[in-house]
Amino acid sequence: MEIKKGIAVSPGIAIAKPIVIDSEDYRIPRRSILPSAKVAEVKRVRDAFRKAVEELKKIDSDGKIAEGNIKDIFAVHLRFLKDRSLRKKITDLVYNDLLTAEYAVSTTLRDIANHFVSVQDRYISERATDIYDVEKRLLRHLLGRKREDIEHISHEVVVVAHELGPTQTASFDRKFIRGFATDAGGRTSHTAIVARSLGIPAVVGLEDVTRNIDPTVTVIIDGNRGMVVIDPDELTLKQYQQYAVDFDRLEKELDAIRDLDAVTRDGVQIELLGNIEFPHEVETVLDRGGVGIGLYRTEFLYLYSQTEPTEEDHYNAYSEVIRVCGDMPVVIRTMDLGADKFTQSRRFVREPNPFLGLRSIRFCLQNLVMFKTQLRAILRASIHGDVRVMFPLISSLHELRQAKMIIRDVMEDLDEGSIEYKPDIPIGIMIETPSAALTASILASECDFFSIGTNDLIQYTLAVDRGNERVSTLYSGADPAVINLLRSVNHEANKARISASICGEMASEPEFIMLLLGLGFRTFSLAPPMIPEIKKLIRSVTIESCNSLARKVLLMNSEREVINYLRSATLKVLPEVF
Amino acid sequence: MADSVSKTEVEIKNANGLHLRPAMQLVDTASRFTSEVKISSGKTTVDGKSIMQVTMLAAAAGTKLTIIAKGPDAQMATDALKDLIENKLFGESAFRSEAAAKGGQDRQAEKSAEQ
Repeated sequence: MEIKKGIAVSPGIAIAKPIVIDSEDYRIPRRSILPSAKVAEVKRVRDAFRKAVEELKKIDSDGKIAEGNIKDIFAVHLRFLKDRSLRKKITDLVYNDLLTAEYAVSTTLRDIANHFVSVQDRYISERATDIYDVEKRLLRHLLGRKREDIEHISHEVVVVAHELGPTQTASFDRKFIRGFATDAGGRTSHTAIVARSLGIPAVVGLEDVTRNIDPTVTVIIDGNRGMVVIDPDELTLKQYQQYAVDFDRLEKELDAIRDLDAVTRDGVQIELLGNIEFPHEVETVLDRGGVGIGLYRTEFLYLYSQTEPTEEDHYNAYSEVIRVCGDMPVVIRTMDLGADKFTQSRRFVREPNPFLGLRSIRFCLQNLVMFKTQLRAILRASIHGDVRVMFPLISSLHELRQAKMIIRDVMEDLDEGSIEYKPDIPIGIMIETPSAALTASILASECDFFSIGTNDLIQYTLAVDRGNERVSTLYSGADPAVINLLRSVNHEANKARISASICGEMASEPEFIMLLLGLGFRTFSLAPPMIPEIKKLIRSVTIESCNSLARKVLLMNSEREVINYLRSATLKVLPEVF
Repeated sequence: MADSVSKTEVEIKNANGLHLRPAMQLVDTASRFTSEVKISSGKTTVDGKSIMQVTMLAAAAGTKLTIIAKGPDAQMATDALKDLIENKLFGESAFRSEAAAKGGQDRQAEKSAEQ
C-alpha cells in the first residue's frame, strides 16, 4: 500500500483499477505486465511498428517532401522500423522480461540514442535526435491506440496520467471513468475542470503517481482529502468503501432539494447559476438545480481544435447552450487564454511572467480578427435567449471602452449585412484585478454588471501563485484585504444600480457563503456539482444572521481569525458539509 | 555454389563518418546479397544488414572496420561495400583534404565579403 498526497480538485471517492496514460513527451516509466498479457502486448508492439511503417510510406508516396535531405531522414527512419533485430530486442523485453510495450520501445531506442550521444564525433552524436523521433513515432501509435481503447472500455476505471489534455478527455467514455489522478496540474487545470463537470473525484499535482502505479492493483482516489491510495490493504479498502457510501448518501440527500428554491429562512431569494466550459454541461447545471449559466467559459473552442474556431463553431456552441437554457440567463465570457491556458497552435510567446502578461482581454485587444469573430457569433446568438456578454480581466476603464468600441464595430458590420442581433445586450465585466476592484465606481458607470472572479482577484491582491506549493498556503479568500475589496465592489455596484455576482471558487466553498450573503451578494455562479450543497446551506441561514456575521468579520484583523470564525459558524448551521 | 567467406579491411573516409544516412546505404547494399554480412570494429561485431546494429558502431571518420561476408556471393558483397565506403564515400565529401579545402574557401569568401 502506498499513499500519495496531491491537490483535491473535485470531490468524491473512487475505487477502481487504473488505466495509465503515458505521454510521448515525458519519460515512460518502467512498468510490468502480467504473464497472461504478454502475447497481446507483443502484438501491440508489432502493430505499432506496422502502423509507423505505413505512415512513413504514406508520407513518402504523398510526394510532399521534395527536399532530398528530409527524404533521406524518413528513409532512415523507415529502415529502423523495418529492422528485425531492433524489433526483436523490443519484443524480447516484453515477452521475456514482462515489461509494457511503451517502456520496451522507449528504453531500447533511448539506449541507442544514448550510445550516439556518448560518441566523441559531434556529427554522429547529434544523430541521436533522429532516434528520438523514431521513438516518439512508435509511442504515438502505442499511446494513440491506448487512448482509443479508453473510448471503448466496458468496466469502471480511474484514469492515471501525467496530465490530461483536452484532446484526451474529450474522447473519454464518461460512463466508465470513475476518477482522475495526475502528476501535474492545479485547481484550475483542465483535468480539474473536466472532473468537476463530470462530477467525478480528481486529485492532481501528485508529481510522480504515474511512475508508482502498477495497472493490476486497485487504486483509491479521494477527491475530498486530496489523496490517492495505491494497492490499499484490506482495512483501508473497507474504510474507503464506507466513505464512498456515506458520500453517496449525502449526494442523494442533496438531490432531494434540487427542485426547491434557493431562499434563505427569512425569505430572501438567492440566484444560483452554473459555471460551464462545454455546451453539454448545461444539462448538469439544470439537473442540479441551477437557474442559468453565470459563467460560460469559451476557451474550449480554442483548446479542442487544431485550427482556429470559425464564427460558425462559436455560433453553434453558444446557440446550443442558449436553446437548452430557454429564457434563463446565459453569461458568455469572451476568450480568456494566456497565462495558464494556451491554444494548441501555441500562438503565445513564452513570457517570463505570464500572469502579468499578454492574457485574456489584453490578448483579444491585440488580436482583433479573432476577437471580432467571437463577438459576431455571440451577438448573432443573442437573439435566441437571455444572453449577456462579459469581458475578463479588465484592469482599467480604457480597456473596457476599447472592448465596447469593438462590440459597436461588430454591431455596425452586422447592421450592414442586415444580420439580426440584440442591440441592448447587457455588457458586463469580470472584477479580477485589484485595479478593477478599486475603481469599481468608475467601471460601474460604463457597464451593465459585475461578476467577481475570486480566483484571480485573490491571487493578484495577495500576490500569491496558488499553483506554487511553496506559497500556496498564503492564498486565501478569508484575507481581510480580499474581504474589503469584495465589500467595496458590491457597494459600488449597488450605488450604480448594477448587479454584482460571484463566479469564482469562493462561491462554491461552503465556509464563505454566509459571509458573501452578509456582504450583500445575491447571485452566485458555481461548479455544477456544488449547487445542491450551497443551496442547502442557503436554505439553512437567515440574511439577518449573515449580516451580523459579516459585520463581525469586517472587524477582524487576520486571515486565521476570519477563517476559523467562518468555519465554526458554517459548521453550526450545517455540520454535514465538511 | 558452395558458401565462401570473404574478408576485407576498410577505413571510413567521409568527413561525417558512419552516421545514419551512410549506415542506411551500407545496410541497403549489404541486403542486396544473400550472404551473411558481419562488420567488426574490433570491439564489437554487428550484423551488416541491421541499421540499428550498424549505427551502434558509431564509426567516426578514420575508423577502421573489418567486413566479413559468408555465403554464395560473399566476394561480391565485400567488394560492393568496400567500393561504397572507400571510393563512393557514401556520396559525401572526404575527410580532411576536402573538408580543409572547403574551410579555406569559406575563409576566403569571408575575407572578400569584408572588403
